[in-house]
Amino acid sequence: MTDTQSPQSIELLTFQLADQEYSLDIMSVREIRGWTRATPLPHAPKFMKGVINLRGTVLPVMDLAQRLGLAAREQNDRNVIIVVKHEETMTGLLVDAVSDIIALTSDDLQPPPELSSGTANGVVNALTLIDDRMIRVLDLAATINDTECAAA
Amino acid sequence: MTLEILAVDDSRTMRDMIRLALLPSGFTVHTADDGVHGVEVLDGITPDAIITDINMPRMDGFGFIDAVRGQEKHRSTPILVLTTEAAPELKQRARVAGATGWIVKPFDPVKLVKALQMVAG
Amino acid sequence: MTVDNDPMAEIRASFFIENEELLEALQDGLQLMDDGAADNETINVVFRAVHSIKGGAGAFGLEGLVHFAHRYETVLDEVRAGRLQVETEALKVFFQAADHLSDLVRISRDNDPLPDEETEVLLKALDAFLGDTGPVSGTAEEDIEFQPMGLSLDLDLPVDGTADLPDLDALPPLDLGPVTTTYEITFAPQADLFDTGNEPATLLRNLQQLGTAKVTCDSSRLPPLDQLRPDVPHLSWTVILQTDVEESEIVSIFEFVEGLCQLDIKKQGEPDGRDLPPLPDLPPVEPTMAEHRETLPQTPIEVTPAPSAPVDDPVSTVAAPTQPAQATAPTAAKSVVRVDLDRIERLVNLVGELVINQAMLSQSLEHSGLSPHSDAMSGLEEFQRLTRDIQDSVMMIRAQPVKSLFQRMSRIVREASAAVEKDVRLVTTGEATEVDKTVIERLADPLTHMIRNAVDHGLETKEERLAAGKPAQGKVNLSAAHRSGRVVIEIADDGAGIDRPKVLQLAIDKGLIPPDSNLTDTEIDNLLFLPGFSTAATVSNLSGRGVGMDVVRTSIQALGGRITTTSLPGQGTTFSISLPLTLAVLDGMVIEVAEETLVLPLNLVIETLTLQRGDVEMVRPGRNVVRVRSGFVPLFDLGAALGYRPPLDDFEGSVVLLIANEDETNAALLIDNILDQRQVEIKGLDESFYRAPGIAAATILGDGQIALILDPSDIISTAIPKPGLSQTSSDAGVPA
Repeated sequence: MTDTQSPQSIELLTFQLADQEYSLDIMSVREIRGWTRATPLPHAPKFMKGVINLRGTVLPVMDLAQRLGLAAREQNDRNVIIVVKHEETMTGLLVDAVSDIIALTSDDLQPPPELSSGTANGVVNALTLIDDRMIRVLDLAATINDTECAAA
Repeated sequence: MTLEILAVDDSRTMRDMIRLALLPSGFTVHTADDGVHGVEVLDGITPDAIITDINMPRMDGFGFIDAVRGQEKHRSTPILVLTTEAAPELKQRARVAGATGWIVKPFDPVKLVKALQMVAG
Repeated sequence: MTVDNDPMAEIRASFFIENEELLEALQDGLQLMDDGAADNETINVVFRAVHSIKGGAGAFGLEGLVHFAHRYETVLDEVRAGRLQVETEALKVFFQAADHLSDLVRISRDNDPLPDEETEVLLKALDAFLGDTGPVSGTAEEDIEFQPMGLSLDLDLPVDGTADLPDLDALPPLDLGPVTTTYEITFAPQADLFDTGNEPATLLRNLQQLGTAKVTCDSSRLPPLDQLRPDVPHLSWTVILQTDVEESEIVSIFEFVEGLCQLDIKKQGEPDGRDLPPLPDLPPVEPTMAEHRETLPQTPIEVTPAPSAPVDDPVSTVAAPTQPAQATAPTAAKSVVRVDLDRIERLVNLVGELVINQAMLSQSLEHSGLSPHSDAMSGLEEFQRLTRDIQDSVMMIRAQPVKSLFQRMSRIVREASAAVEKDVRLVTTGEATEVDKTVIERLADPLTHMIRNAVDHGLETKEERLAAGKPAQGKVNLSAAHRSGRVVIEIADDGAGIDRPKVLQLAIDKGLIPPDSNLTDTEIDNLLFLPGFSTAATVSNLSGRGVGMDVVRTSIQALGGRITTTSLPGQGTTFSISLPLTLAVLDGMVIEVAEETLVLPLNLVIETLTLQRGDVEMVRPGRNVVRVRSGFVPLFDLGAALGYRPPLDDFEGSVVLLIANEDETNAALLIDNILDQRQVEIKGLDESFYRAPGIAAATILGDGQIALILDPSDIISTAIPKPGLSQTSSDAGVPA
């Protein structure tokens, strides 16, 4: 994962989920929207919040906390939807709040320790430390594609 | 030297390529889709030279050259024929019809410009 | 990303668009020939199509394409010249060659590796028609500059006189840096030089540009003025030219007039000692061009007009005149503008937003309590009408005839029938019917599947057909038409029809329906649309695995359309697809269920009822029916079916919509409220990570909220609990 030749510079968008901090490569982030009510889809898995109107297109919204198996928390209008684009598809990720954009190099990333628990495995592909806080870097592809491993 | 050219070819790609080859050298380029259209367009302009394809619907290159040469004012207008083959019988036929010269496709833009400059004086 | 910056790239893109048209014309022409409806012009159209593709391909250096197109064109030229008769075998190869040409075009465009083996096979097949003559001479593709024989040499030229001028090649290159040489050039034009528009003055001027020239004119042969004719040459010129350029450049000035003049080029100061390859003794007197020509072996130049040239042939030679109008109608007549698809996309999206905005405005105005008769409200009505007109017009911009799609299906039929060794003919009607471009693209896969199915399963083998008293050749009818505001596309085969007992048994075996099911014919036909259903005892290499009719139906629904089946045993099966005329617009009934707003296609709603006590009867747990006039209709609690809330106990006061189910039965949907009835724009749902059952698509309401568009048939089929069997749902996430 890390380029051993020369460190690549990366920009990450960090956000809150439950009481943890996660982040995403800014390159995949298209926009950030305030909370809007999502139209639910029938019989959808719990992490599938529904769909919202993104300027005339129908955007599926994923409850990221549910998806990662984290404790469910109160839905309120401080929640934020991060609109990401992955391989031609746009998806909305519902998170608690967005924190910051930080710039790092690949040297600053460490691989995650082998965790035995839960669905967070495989969707976090790196960790980094900022001001003594551990920030998990999300693997967007794994998050969006591998929905089979979702907690029912 | 700014020359006015009429290019007749049923292939839009060819017409575009000819334009692309000639415009940078300052030529003015008129185009037509086939022989019949070529005669119509010719009516309103006074080209220094004409380029025509052979295989076209409605009226092919030979017919077009005939028609052009049939007009008094165009008896000596230089006409170059675009051909994909260098077959001597084709060239001979073109010449008999009254073509001034020929350009083989795919053409080299530099050669096309030079050939036009040479025949148009 | 635009290609504006690179004009070559733009022309290349345009070239490939042009190729589509040429390939279409090629198909049309071949089809006419196959139907026996071809006339003299048809073969010309066919020839020109391949010829033009070759010409353009050469310009872009697409060697593989040029190579194949050239050989194909050569055979077609034989046909055009009347030297080759076309019959069934030849046509079959021509069709295959056309298909292969189409593949090569696509491959060349995408820079994919060339299918050399297939190409070789087809080239062999094509060459077979050239017989003994082999590839016709003069088809050499090299860029040959036809050099005039302007040298005073006694040469024995090879028979075809074109490719090799050994003397010029053998001349040692002058690598001594610019060397000024003096040449003496004598030039005497002949009469026919002037007929070609060549001008001695121009030629001389061109010579002068090569260096320093001294021109003298020999007018000794001028007749007295009264015998002077302007078009008969009497003059000749001698030019002493001092130049640095190579002799070949001087020669090239006279390239076009070779044979039309007497030309002699000689280096001054070097009488006969030039560096030439060993040759027989040069005669001391330089022979003139005319004498030269006599010594040359005659090249086989035929000046007689080729019999194929349509301009020369009088119209009366058309033996069996048929209307050429169909396939060869010149497209030059229509006035056409080419527009970047991106721009149209943007326009369509903007208009879509306009419609939504207009809806929102309407709502606000209605809620503001304005009188319906006020200026604002009537203005709004007008506004709505205009918006809808704009939307219709914009949608139609993208409309294209289905012809290209149908031609693709022709090819599918050809390939499919060859693969299963059946004789099948595709008959198309209504190719000019226009449908939105996106619809055409998205219909390709479903249609391909259905056509393959028809050829593979629908049609019987030759033997079976003959035994049944049918013609050995099976027919598939593909038609398109506008019908009451929709586009109807039908695929009909004259095969054996749906084998209902077999389908029923298979469904039971697969556990899709209970063993004691008693289904109507239509219900059985619709079993085909269940996921995972396949009647193929062996999966032929045609229909493949995993692409079932359920996927076909989903694709059609995503376009806002519907698909129905009719079948008569022994006679054939017809699939009928009905699509909205303008893409993705639906007349919908907006309803409320469990506080969610949903949309139901209006054309499915037969009537609405308000429930009274006693209207509902329970047939068995979970299965209710509602009394409708004289009969009972199964009742479905939408709120429960969609998983929004648990099933209702008390139905009193609820609204029931009586709807037409796909299998021509009726069903009743229990909802909370009817809100509105309006035209909505269909938005596709991205199903890449969850496909919701019972939902066809979505729309955006006036308040900006998304309302799901229901597919009642899907809801009904998944809502019917089947005792003892698992849900046959292909969706991820549906609880087991």
